Amino acid sequence: MNEQDIRGLVEGVKSGEVTRRSFVERMLAVGIAAPVSTAILAHSGVAMAQAATTYKPTKRGGGGPLKVLWWQGPTLLNPHFATGTKDQDGSRVFYEPLAAWDPNGIMVPILAAEVPTRENGGLAADGKSATWKLKQGVKWHDGQPFTADDVVFNWEYARDPATAAVTSGSYKDVTVEKVNDYTVKVSFPVSKPFWADAFVGATGMIIPKHLFKDFAGAKSREAPTNLKPVGTGPYIFKEFKPGDLLTGVINPNYHMANRPYFDSIEVKGGGDAVSAARAVLQTGEYDFAWNMQVEDEVLQRLEKGGKGRVVINESGSIEHIQFNTTDPWTEVDGERSSIKTVHPTLSDKAVRDAIALLIDRESVEKYIYGRTGFASVNYLVNPPRFRSKNIPMEFNVDKAIDILEKAGWKKGADGIREKGGKKLKFVYQTSINQPRQKTQAIVKQACQKAGIDIEIKSVTASVYFSSDVANPDTYPHFYTDLQMYTTGPGFPDPGVWMQSYLSREVCQKDNKWQGRNITRYRNKAWDDLYFKAEEELDPIKRAAMYIELNDMVVRDRAVVGVIGRAGVSAVNNKLQVNPSGWDSNFWDLASWYMDA
Amino acid sequence: MSIAFLIRRILNAIPSLLGISVVLFTVLALAPGDPFGELVTNPNVPAEVRLALRAKFGLDDPVYIRYFRWISAMVQGDWGFSFVSRVNVDTLILQRVPTTIAVIGASQILAILIAIPVGVLAAARPYSLFDQIANTIAFIGFSLPTFFTGLLLILVFSVQLDWLPFVFTTEIRGTGWAWVWAYVRQSIMPVTVLGLFQGAALVRYVRSSVLEVIKLDFVTTARSKGIGERKVLVLHVVRNALIPVVTLVALQMPIVFGGAIVTEQIFRVPGIGSLLISAMLANDTPVIMGVTFVFSCLVVFFNLVADILYGWLDPRIALR
Repeated sequence: MNEQDIRGLVEGVKSGEVTRRSFVERMLAVGIAAPVSTAILAHSGVAMAQAATTYKPTKRGGGGPLKVLWWQGPTLLNPHFATGTKDQDGSRVFYEPLAAWDPNGIMVPILAAEVPTRENGGLAADGKSATWKLKQGVKWHDGQPFTADDVVFNWEYARDPATAAVTSGSYKDVTVEKVNDYTVKVSFPVSKPFWADAFVGATGMIIPKHLFKDFAGAKSREAPTNLKPVGTGPYIFKEFKPGDLLTGVINPNYHMANRPYFDSIEVKGGGDAVSAARAVLQTGEYDFAWNMQVEDEVLQRLEKGGKGRVVINESGSIEHIQFNTTDPWTEVDGERSSIKTVHPTLSDKAVRDAIALLIDRESVEKYIYGRTGFASVNYLVNPPRFRSKNIPMEFNVDKAIDILEKAGWKKGADGIREKGGKKLKFVYQTSINQPRQKTQAIVKQACQKAGIDIEIKSVTASVYFSSDVANPDTYPHFYTDLQMYTTGPGFPDPGVWMQSYLSREVCQKDNKWQGRNITRYRNKAWDDLYFKAEEELDPIKRAAMYIELNDMVVRDRAVVGVIGRAGVSAVNNKLQVNPSGWDSNFWDLASWYMDA
Repeated sequence: MSIAFLIRRILNAIPSLLGISVVLFTVLALAPGDPFGELVTNPNVPAEVRLALRAKFGLDDPVYIRYFRWISAMVQGDWGFSFVSRVNVDTLILQRVPTTIAVIGASQILAILIAIPVGVLAAARPYSLFDQIANTIAFIGFSLPTFFTGLLLILVFSVQLDWLPFVFTTEIRGTGWAWVWAYVRQSIMPVTVLGLFQGAALVRYVRSSVLEVIKLDFVTTARSKGIGERKVLVLHVVRNALIPVVTLVALQMPIVFGGAIVTEQIFRVPGIGSLLISAMLANDTPVIMGVTFVFSCLVVFFNLVADILYGWLDPRIALR
C-alpha cells in the first residue's frame, strides 16, 4: 500500500464510503497499527470520535485519598518555571492546558471545547493559524470565570524575556489574540504543520490572569500564587513543601462530570526509585510511583509482592550512540571537537559501519532493559508513524572485521587495528548510571573482538547533563570519540527535536555550546529536506520526510540508536491510569480511579 | 562563668563562621554543573532561556562578587532564595526544622537512655557475661552503617512482617491519638536506626569512663564508709564519669545531623539533611550555603554548650 492508496482511503472515510473501522482494519492488514491510522485520520481532517471512555465512577468523590510517590518531589508550582517533569507534574495537579496528549499522541480537549481541525474551521488552510474554542462555565478555584483573557495573558507572560519563563520557546514566535470571551486565535509567522505547541500538553498549562497580572516580567518570582496555585484542575491546593510534599483536596466544581474520584491527593517526594517501587509494588503503602528507573529484573521481583503492577507506556526517548565527526583530541582556537577539524579515524565510513555492527542491541534489551526498552537502530522511534522500517538491525562481529580488513585496517602487534600509523582507539563516554555502564561493557567487548580498542568513560550525571560552559565533560562539548545518552522529542512531533542534525545548530564555542547539533553533523541535502519537512502541511508526506531524515543520519552513521526507552510507572493493582509518553504523568489525573 | 566569657566565645566564633562560608562558597563555585541541568536535555527549551536564567540569578558573575552579594544579604538577615524552587531559603529550612528536631531529638534520647545504664552496668562488672554481650553488640552497632541497618529494618518490619510503614510523611490524616500513633509508628524505624548507631558508640565511652572513675580512691573510701553499692555507683561514680560523656554528647549533636542525611534519604524523612542532599544534587548554591551555615552554627553552639556544662558538672574547671 503506497501513499496514494492511503490517501484514497482517507478520502473514502471523509465522504462516508469507507467506514472508520474498515479503514483501520485495512491499515492493520498492511502493518500500520490502529493508533497510527487514527492519527492519520485526525491529521487529514476527519473529525475524531471521542475515544470510548472507560471511566466507571458515576459520582464525584468518595474515593478516599490518592497517595503517589515522586522520588524527586516537585520543587515549584508555576508551570512556566517548571525545570523538569517533576515540576510539570506538580503544577498539573492544579493547572490545565487547553488540550492534552494521550498515549497515542492524539490531542484530547481539556479546557478547550473542541480540538481545532480543518473541518470545524479551527485550522486555517494555509497552516498559519489555529482558533481555539474554550469550554464555557469553567471556574478558577477562587470562583473567577476562566476566559480568553487568561489564555492571552499566558502568552504575554511567557514570551516576556524578563519573566525568563521556561515555556517561552512555545510562545515567543506566535501571536495570540482574543476573538471573543471564549475564542482565541493563535497565529504563526509561517505555515506550521505542527501547530499544537502553545497551550497544549505539559508546557501549555494556563495560569489565572487575575492573580498573576501584577507579577509578569522581572517581578515574576514575587507572585504569592507561585507557591499557592489557583487553577482549574481536579484538585484544590492545600499544602506545599518543595521537594517533600504536595497535597490537594477535591475540587467540587470541577468542569468534567463525575470527576475526580479521589477526595484528596498527596504527592510525596524524596528517596530513590527502587524504594519507591517497593512502596507501591511490595508493601502497597502508596498507589502510584513515577519514573521507575529500575532494572526490569528488580521490578519483576518486587511485582511478586502482589500489591501493584508495572505500567509501561511508549515514548519517543531513545538511548543512542553518537559518532564525533570532528577531532576531539586537537585544540583549534580554544576548543576541541572544532568543526574546522575532521576526526582522524572515525571519518572513515568503514570504521563507523563496523562499530555500528558491533552493538549487540538484542542483548542490551534482553539483559539490561527488559520490558522497559526495545532495541532500535533508528534515532526517531515514536510516534509510530515516524518510525523507519528501512534500516536493518544487525549485530555481526565477522562482518565488522571483514569491513575493516577491506578498508585496510590491519591488526598491529597489540591486536589493535591501524592504518597509516593511526590506531582504532576510541573513548566512549556516558553518564554514571548502571544500565549505561553495562551497555558500555557489551559494546567494548564486541569491539575488542574486532580489534577496536574502546576506553570507557563515565561522567556524573549532574556534570554530564549540565550547561556548564567551562566544563569539558558535558555532553554538548562532546570531547570524546563516541558518546551515549537518552533524548527524545517530548512532543508527539519530532520537528524541533530533529534540529539536532541541522548544520546551523552545530554546538561550538561560538554559541557557548548551546547548539542542538552535538555530533556536528553537516549535510546540505539533510538541511534542505528538513526545511522542506517543516513547511509540509500534508501529514503523510511530512512523516515520510522525517523517516527519510532519520534514515540519512543513521545510514551516515552520525548516530545509531541502541534502545528505545519506555515510560515506566509502578501502579496499585486497583488503580486505573493511562500514562502518556507525550504529556505530563498527570495528563488525565481527573480520570484516575480505583476499580472495585 | 561570666557573661564576658560568653561574649568572648561568641565573638570568637564569627571569624570561624566567616572562614567556613568562604571555603564553602569557593568549593561550590568550583564544582561543576548548574541548577538548570534538566533544561539542557529538554529539546523544547531554547538555549536562551537557560542563559537568561543564569543571568537573572547572577550565576555568570565572578565568584567574589557573588560571595560578597551573598554575605552582605546574609548579614542583613536575607538568606536569599533557592534557584530551584524560588522559595526563600529560610522558609525552606524552617519547614524542615520541626521534623528534624522530632526525629533527631528522639533518637538522641533513645541513645542516651540505652547507653548510660548499659555502659554503667557493664563497667560495674567488667568482663562479666553482660559486659561481653554489651560490648559485642555495641561493636556491631557502630560498625554497621545506617544505610545498612535502615534497609535491614525495612526488609524485616515493612516487607516481611508488614508492621511498619517505611515512608515518613508529614501528611497524616486523623486527629488526637490516632494522629500521634501514626506519627510514632512511622518514626520507629528511623529513630531506632539513628538511636542505635549513636547509642552503640556512647556505650563504649560510658563504660570506659566509668571504669576509670570506679578505680579512684574516693570510690574505695565511699565503699569503706559502708554506703551501698547502688548508691556508690549512682551518686559517686556516675556523676563524675559522665563529665566527659556530656561533652561527647554535645559535640556529637551536629554530627547527628550529618549522619541523619543518609537515614533521612532512606525513610524519606523531610529533615534538613534531605534538603541539603537534594540542594547539592541540583547545584542549588543558596540552599547549600544556608543549610551548611546552620550546621556550622550548630557546631559552634554545641561546643559552647559543652564548655558550659563542663564547668557546671566539674567546678574545678574554671571558665575565663
